[in-house]
Amino acid sequence: MLSVMEIYQLTPKTNCKKCGLPTCMAFAVALLGKEKKVVDCPPLMEEAKYQAKREKLIEAMAPIEGASETGLIIHEEKCYGCGNCVVACPVNVANDPKGTALGFGPTNDKAILVVEDGVVKCLNVEECRRFGPNKILCNACTATCPSKAIEFV
Amino acid sequence: MMAICTGCSLLCEDIEVDFKDGRISTTKNLCRKGLGRYRSLYTERASPRVDGREAGLDDAISRAAGLLKEAKRPLLFGWSNSTLEAQSAGLDLAQKLGAVIDDTSSFCQGELLEMVLKGELPTCTLDDVRNYADMIFYWGSDPSNSHPRHMSRFSYYPRGEKRQRGYDEDRTAFVVDVRLSPTASMIKEGFFKLAPGGDASFMESMLAALGGKIPRLQDKKKVIAMVNTMKRADFGAIFPGLGLAYSMKGRMDILKRLVDGLNETSKYSVIPMVGHFNMRGFNQMLFEKTGFINRVSFADGVEHGPKQSIIEASKSCDVALIIGSDPISALPGGVARSLAKIPTIVIDPHRSLTSELAQVIIPSALSGMEAGGSAIRMDGVRVEFEPIVQGGGSLPDVEILKRIAEAV
Ligand code: SF4
Ligand code: SF4
Ligand code: SF4
Ligand code: SF4
Repeated sequence: MLSVMEIYQLTPKTNCKKCGLPTCMAFAVALLGKEKKVVDCPPLMEEAKYQAKREKLIEAMAPIEGASETGLIIHEEKCYGCGNCVVACPVNVANDPKGTALGFGPTNDKAILVVEDGVVKCLNVEECRRFGPNKILCNACTATCPSKAIEFV
Repeated sequence: MMAICTGCSLLCEDIEVDFKDGRISTTKNLCRKGLGRYRSLYTERASPRVDGREAGLDDAISRAAGLLKEAKRPLLFGWSNSTLEAQSAGLDLAQKLGAVIDDTSSFCQGELLEMVLKGELPTCTLDDVRNYADMIFYWGSDPSNSHPRHMSRFSYYPRGEKRQRGYDEDRTAFVVDVRLSPTASMIKEGFFKLAPGGDASFMESMLAALGGKIPRLQDKKKVIAMVNTMKRADFGAIFPGLGLAYSMKGRMDILKRLVDGLNETSKYSVIPMVGHFNMRGFNQMLFEKTGFINRVSFADGVEHGPKQSIIEASKSCDVALIIGSDPISALPGGVARSLAKIPTIVIDPHRSLTSELAQVIIPSALSGMEAGGSAIRMDGVRVEFEPIVQGGGSLPDVEILKRIAEAV
């Protein structure tokens, strides 16, 4: 996955503060956390000399911008639909003791991860332990995936 | 509506299917492999043919019966993708014809399953595994590919009666394979990589460690630590796959010794990872009837042996009926060459290489979706199911076989 350093390398590195942040490094961190978008850096968007960087950064950020609020990225083409993540997710288990806890598909609509049409899908993202300011760095779902079909940015 | 999946021998029963305009629109809980099975409802469907030309269903059935009636040594092969009802009708037909009957277990998991059915290897159900197992062992098997929901439904991830705290605290897993499979990639600390064909000597070194000796091969410390962990377990389940079946062919006594040794201090069971949804059903049924799980000829009482296997029988038979299987693409070239020389009858929902070469093609309803019936899960549990869609003109296997038997 893309690191802060890699993103930083693609910013103008002038610390001009036009984005509202003190440094380009802070901007890179904000990009990764999905608090800022590439378009929030005026020099990068407007100045011709940054054209190459701009294009590269937009390309690099595309998967991150497509991630859920918790930063979950799903690569559907890699998913086996095995349900490991569904059954390993502690929130799914707590909310569905007769369903996902026992290895079945969800029996109510509270599940965060479900398998639909053979691939994983993320619902109820606000239930995820990684959601919001008090997030916990849970990784039960990504750690149990045999095919790296899911990851967090 | 709720449905079951016949995509593999787990026969998952919690599948939710929605329809739109009579076609399946969305499915829930079905893995990708199972989805492939469901989608195959709409692709590559077979239609009745006789001698390369389109024909009516009745013509195809009566031509099949005619060929079988005239045959001196007919071979009936396939069966692992058929319901118990169809398998039973197939056995009746084989007896009536004095035919040779064999199934796909003949060249995959047969040896292991036979030991389980004979009681030589202790076994248990997958529900027992979910409820009690604290030690699981995949040997030469990669469930992520072959049985995608095996770990999430039964072996590792779900909570069970005695395993309430989840996999990371309650269960230990080991994987032995010749490559870092997707399954092994999740169980990295418990993964042992073997050289191809190295299973028997690895098992011997486990046996040595079990007997308190220093293993001669492999990473000694890691093997000793593993065996000690295995000895301490309350309830262990071993899931041998095709990799082990091929590598240990004819030497399964070593596996038996290992399991017996582990059972001196703990409780270990073996569940072979049979592939097709009802292979175990066929083996069990034939075993109950004849004492053999495959490779049987009814020409003169009951004869069993390598001569009655698809590999040999395809050379000596003069007509072959192939049901729910594609031996021409799945088996060694010799079988294909032999089958190409004799008239063949194919009963299958789909077109295949084997049906391309067939004299008679009889399309059948897809079991589990268009046809109901029952089947035996990999662990011996019987699962019954109802059709969820209309058959679109094809008959269930069992009906086709009964009509052939009547006409013979
Ligand atoms: S606006 Fe762009 S160049 Fe200026 S500090 Fe922010 S990121 Fe750096
Ligand atoms: S991060 Fe944790 S809580 Fe969130 S979906 Fe994954 S397993 Fe569930
Ligand atoms: S994302 Fe991974 S763990 Fe989840 S269903 Fe897909 S393959 Fe399985
Ligand atoms: S694991 Fe097997 S039975 Fe279950 S949904 Fe997947 S293919 Fe079907």
